[in-house]
Amino acid sequence: MSHETRIVTRRLRERPDDSWTIDAFLATGGYDGLRAALGMKPAAIQEEVKASGLRGRGGAGFPTAQKWSFLPEGSYPRYLVVNDDEGEPSTFKDRMLTELDPHQIVEGIAIASYAIGCHQAFVYVRGEFALGYERLATAVADARERGFLGPNILGSGFDLDIVLHRGAGAYICGEETGLLESLEGERGMPRIRPPFPAIAGLYAKPTVVNNTETISTLPHIVTMGGAEYAELGVNRSTGTRIFSLSGHVNRPGNYEVELGVTFRELIDSPDLGGGVRDGGSVKFFIPGGASSQWLTGSDEHLDLPLDMDKVQQEYGVMLGSGAVMVYDETTNPALVAWRLAKFFAHESCGKCTPCREGTGWIEKVLYRIVHGTSRPNDLDLILDVGDNISPGLNAPFSQTTICPLGPSAVSPVVSLHKYFRDEVLGMVGAGSPALDAPTDEPTDEPTAVSA
Amino acid sequence: MTFDAAHLVRARKIVAAYPRAKSAILPLAHLAQDQDGWLSDEAMREIAELVGVAPAQVLATCSFYTMFKRQPIGKLVVSVCTNVTCLVTGGPEVLEHLRARYATDDDVFVEEVECLAACGGSPALQVNYEFHEHTSPGAAEEIVEEYKRGDRKARTVSGSIR
Repeated sequence: MSHETRIVTRRLRERPDDSWTIDAFLATGGYDGLRAALGMKPAAIQEEVKASGLRGRGGAGFPTAQKWSFLPEGSYPRYLVVNDDEGEPSTFKDRMLTELDPHQIVEGIAIASYAIGCHQAFVYVRGEFALGYERLATAVADARERGFLGPNILGSGFDLDIVLHRGAGAYICGEETGLLESLEGERGMPRIRPPFPAIAGLYAKPTVVNNTETISTLPHIVTMGGAEYAELGVNRSTGTRIFSLSGHVNRPGNYEVELGVTFRELIDSPDLGGGVRDGGSVKFFIPGGASSQWLTGSDEHLDLPLDMDKVQQEYGVMLGSGAVMVYDETTNPALVAWRLAKFFAHESCGKCTPCREGTGWIEKVLYRIVHGTSRPNDLDLILDVGDNISPGLNAPFSQTTICPLGPSAVSPVVSLHKYFRDEVLGMVGAGSPALDAPTDEPTDEPTAVSA
Repeated sequence: MTFDAAHLVRARKIVAAYPRAKSAILPLAHLAQDQDGWLSDEAMREIAELVGVAPAQVLATCSFYTMFKRQPIGKLVVSVCTNVTCLVTGGPEVLEHLRARYATDDDVFVEEVECLAACGGSPALQVNYEFHEHTSPGAAEEIVEEYKRGDRKARTVSGSIR
């Protein structure tokens, strides 16, 4: 059985009562990474991050050093933007890091900024994180007072300022170009790429967007050395990650584990998930946030390692944002799919037609499926709608949309079809709702029409 | 004028913090909402002036975001999550209870929201953006009552600080 490997979350255990304060931070090795970094050449830090194999912890898993390397040489100003707009359903690690270890984020920002030659960083904090914003604002102010931010940091000649920017309730702003639009004072609608943010990001200047957990890992890579960090983990999934475990487990919560442990270990280990509630078993689980396709409680799926590439290449699912939602045998998978569809329909920004229209269709048809008023071909109808958003319905997905929100909304539909088709068909015309929960019934009934 | 003197000082500071003034639209909208409890047309006009854009641009931006309330909504915003973890752990029951309980209470605005990033403590809700986890219909009502009595205090209406 497995246990936690605490690197990014170590301080939370060592100083449970005050981990967010500067005193606790400094007493537990805080800003040591920044001191070390400022004694290195920026290129050397980039080399360490490359050697660490660190990949983005926000969802896409793109190698961090490679993302940095796309910045065009000699083009200034350039910006670092931290994506702290955590909104992927069932992901709650960045909120924890923001509330409980904000100085670690500040330190990571300073290291990243020094490494890429940026003097103005932004943190896009999810609007609903009132406590997190307060703690981060205090951390920025305290860091500045102690010389870890501002002009001539620790006498190094390096200057850096951080502006905290609050979101205001829009999932799509977690998508990096939607985030940049929002940061510029616009509606958070994603941009067409290319150009990528590294070339033309915030205010059309070269910009790196990194996730909060990614940034929080940097101080440790500098102090441990990239090579040592890369010894942790499995294959190209190096290091540790914080997994947000939720649903029908005995011990829901955030667990930092070495990549490569299995889903079963994460769910069942006494130190981790502690098993399914009431001694039950897993019916299905969503392995990487709402956008991922699902896996079932089969031994084959439960024994898969937390390896970003393996699960993607062999099973078409992703570790995504690190959220693992577990559902026991009592769960109606169509109900979960409907709620996800409702979420994606609500959060679609409306820019691309296939997503704007398609997510609404999927929601409405799933609504009538879970309310016992569906028609025999309804599942195929929404697969067809999904195919218009993500042609082929394969993973890694293709898309007719600018950003991945549309294809993400198709994942639950494909998962229903793949694993629970008979169960869904069994609900056709059941005549009674599968749930008592209140719902805002969608207006206008969807019906198939010929083009 | 919408912003009072103290808020106007903060508003100007916020505008100055950004390389481009237009970036201040969201923070200024939060600031106005903190002061007034909602985001009025008048406030959006003043924000437009402060950042140097047309009022319609401020409305275009602000109408995209669910946290901005463009009608008065009372003193307490109660945001109940019913997304897929809260869904299977009792979130919809909490929502239904609070909606019925406060249906005619002008001080309490109950809304269904998407995932709040509190799934480890589901079902979860927020009152004026303060988190409350492991709730139930009864416990949730008691929490709202404590805010109503003043026994609990949120940071501010919009959750904005400084």
